Amino acid sequence: MAEAIKLRVIWQGELAEMRILMPHPMETGQRKDPETGKPLPAHFIESFSVTANGQELVRGQLNTAIARNPLFSFYARGLKAGDRLAVLWTDNKGEKRRDPFIVPAN
Amino acid sequence: MPDTPVELDSLRRRLLVAGCSRWVLAPLLSSVGLVPRRVLAADASRLAFQATSLADALQVAGASAAADSPLIVIKAVDISENGAQVPIEVVSNIPDSQQMLIFVDKNPLPLAAKLIFANGTVPRARLQLKMAETSRIRVVIRAANGKTYHASREVKVTIGGCGT
Repeated sequence: MAEAIKLRVIWQGELAEMRILMPHPMETGQRKDPETGKPLPAHFIESFSVTANGQELVRGQLNTAIARNPLFSFYARGLKAGDRLAVLWTDNKGEKRRDPFIVPAN
Repeated sequence: MPDTPVELDSLRRRLLVAGCSRWVLAPLLSSVGLVPRRVLAADASRLAFQATSLADALQVAGASAAADSPLIVIKAVDISENGAQVPIEVVSNIPDSQQMLIFVDKNPLPLAAKLIFANGTVPRARLQLKMAETSRIRVVIRAANGKTYHASREVKVTIGGCGT
């Protein structure tokens, strides 16, 4: 089971910065295992979405060119304390991770 | 590829050098019958991500005709010591920006990310890229009316992040 997604809301006046960390190896498929010398297969988050109260705020498709443990900031207007956020990712092996969050007070 | 075994013939070496990812090799393998075609045709929305040249990636993503725009701001360091983690911030001031495509020209797979904004989310993002070498970072914005806009900037990389 993949490690939990982390999300922090940083208020900038009306604007809510959502800082999202999705722990994931994001293997490019080019590296070799340092011990066995065998190639490490590609393993990366292919898609993710961020929702607020079930409504989509942002979704994305990614490639292996995103750094390990992807860290994103997105910015939303109209969020308020108590709104229910959820982040979901799916990787190229079909693994998924979804975590819910509550928007804190401004 | 710092430690390519000496027994590799030159074709294999070229192929390996060409790619950060096994997806680069997939079409070549399929052409000699090693991989069933249907496996590769998995998801049409991923095709642009599998393109191995910038021109192909732009074309498959429908972004070849994007007009240069000063309304797209790309913030990044001029020189990054570590290509495995290059932080960038992109802000689009184009009205009704819906999609943001981020390309790294010289990466083996140039399309790095496609982001779609909805429901009051500002077309602005911070993220961390892997860069194989010094390259231009290219952003294409698609507005609600379907028009595409484009901006780019160069980031120098001291140590490439392809094998990390």
